[in-house]
Amino acid sequence: MTVLAPPAEAASRPSPPRDVFLPGDSRRQSPFASLRRRLRWPLGVYTTPVLILIVWEILAQAGVLKPTYAPAPTDIVSTTVELWRDGVLGPDLAISLQRAAIGLGIGLAVGIVTGVLGGFLRTGEYVFNGVAQILNTVPLLAVLPLFVVWFGIDELTKVLLIAFGAGVPMYLNLFAAIRGVDQRLIEMARTTGAGSWRVVTRVLVPGALPGFLVGLRFSLAYSILGLVAAETVNADEGLGFLITQAQTYLQTNKVFVGLVIYSILGLLADQVVRTLERVLLRWRPSYEAV
Amino acid sequence: MTVATDATPRTQTGVLVAQVIRRFGDRTVLDHLDLTIDDDELVVLLGPSGCGKSTLLRLLAGLDKPDGGRLEVPANRAIVFQGDRLLPWQRVLRNVTLGLHRPDADERARKALAEVNLAGRERAWPKQLSGGEAQRVALARALVSEPELVLLDEPFAALDAITRLRMHDLVHELRRKHHASMLLVTHDVDEAIALADRIVVMSDGRIGNTHTVQLSPADREASVAREQLRAALLADLGLASQH
Ligand SMILES: Nc1ncnc2c1ncn2[C@@H]1O[C@H](COP(=O)(O)OP(=O)(O)OP(=O)(O)O)[C@@H](O)[C@H]1O
Ligand SMILES: [Mg+2]
Repeated sequence: MTVLAPPAEAASRPSPPRDVFLPGDSRRQSPFASLRRRLRWPLGVYTTPVLILIVWEILAQAGVLKPTYAPAPTDIVSTTVELWRDGVLGPDLAISLQRAAIGLGIGLAVGIVTGVLGGFLRTGEYVFNGVAQILNTVPLLAVLPLFVVWFGIDELTKVLLIAFGAGVPMYLNLFAAIRGVDQRLIEMARTTGAGSWRVVTRVLVPGALPGFLVGLRFSLAYSILGLVAAETVNADEGLGFLITQAQTYLQTNKVFVGLVIYSILGLLADQVVRTLERVLLRWRPSYEAV
Repeated sequence: MTVATDATPRTQTGVLVAQVIRRFGDRTVLDHLDLTIDDDELVVLLGPSGCGKSTLLRLLAGLDKPDGGRLEVPANRAIVFQGDRLLPWQRVLRNVTLGLHRPDADERARKALAEVNLAGRERAWPKQLSGGEAQRVALARALVSEPELVLLDEPFAALDAITRLRMHDLVHELRRKHHASMLLVTHDVDEAIALADRIVVMSDGRIGNTHTVQLSPADREASVAREQLRAALLADLGLASQH
């Protein structure tokens, strides 16, 4: 019986894997990588939304999507321009923005004042925390009927709903942020002879800032949700009115105009928080994805 | 306890620790501990990990209250923690001026940073500093208020050997300029010999052996007396058999 000699084992054994690190630009580039680098995609996080819009446009133009179902994006844009020219959109938008601003102002003011009191003082915690936790479990949309009963169907209900949406998350996040500031840093600050004011302004406030911005993000998002919900009640002006009316007459393109504006408001709010984070949290080197 | 409620100080300078007790749950970490530190004296506290050195320092800093006994310390004191504890959201200069309220705060902070060889790094963020640099900023922050008592909890443990030697020179120099009592905690017997006027070894929640160090700077580096002291300290720490 002849046995074929196996290949020399030492030669066939794979060498243990090793990593080689070189400066970024001298890395061996695959053709794909260099192509990608050259075509540095300018859209960033908006890549997917833009792709969806393009596909949507093509489907609408090809007649796959019926206009009453989902009008083409270009159709929505031209409807927007048309509504603006007719002087319909401007006033409605102004009314909605005013509601959002007043509601947001009230909500943030209440949320921040109670959050600061609750965060700094144990008495404040006892007074506000329980209520805030309970309110947090009540869905925003579920209190709408109650607000209508209590405050009527006029502006007050709308503004208060937005304020409710904005205030609760601000309180909860600010409270947690203040309580979450590293105890060792507070202790250190006290030993340096810094008075209470210094401890608050140089340790607690900056330390609570990241959490505050998280709260702000939620507040803005919920206030827009509150705006949308509030504007479905007795809508006689504002974006909600525009949408309700369009819905009645099956003008899908106008409904979309309203939705697009709502989402632009959301994007703007997000952008505001992002900018604030970039400016206020410079000291925090954050993770950068490749 | 009539002694504990007597709030008038008995000494005017330095540190007085008398019969201090500190418990965590049913563990007594400090058990009737006595210690005095004279004005302008540098005492090094040696002891195995977990014996209560940081606990004693926290009591002296006023961060915790004792469960018994009495401590007297100057009101103007500073502590350098085990770990830099810099505010990550403030630049180096503002970290140093944290406790200063006078108008020339920035000027003094700059001087303190220069003393720890960090001139020119005033505008850096703490995240941009090396471990040793951050620890030096913490030292500058402690010294900037010209305290009468400086408490140092393993301030140089994270530094490399060369930087550590520089820091020792720095401490000598600072002691010449600023007159302060110092209590320095360390694990390092050589560091203790290099710096101390007196070395105290902690065991069983009290100060065990005390060694007064009266050596010239040259003798601290190499001499028969130094080796004898070193051997005695290692014996106190229960490490004699290794040498
Ligand atoms: N806040 C606390 N709660 C409970 N136990 C504590 C607390 N702080 C310290 N201890 C205990 O007290 C003992 C002494 O702690 P301490 O920090 O003073 O040690 P140490 O001598 O400084 O040690 P090391 O050299 O490792 O820093 C330890 O066993 C620790 O577990
Ligand atoms: Mg310790």
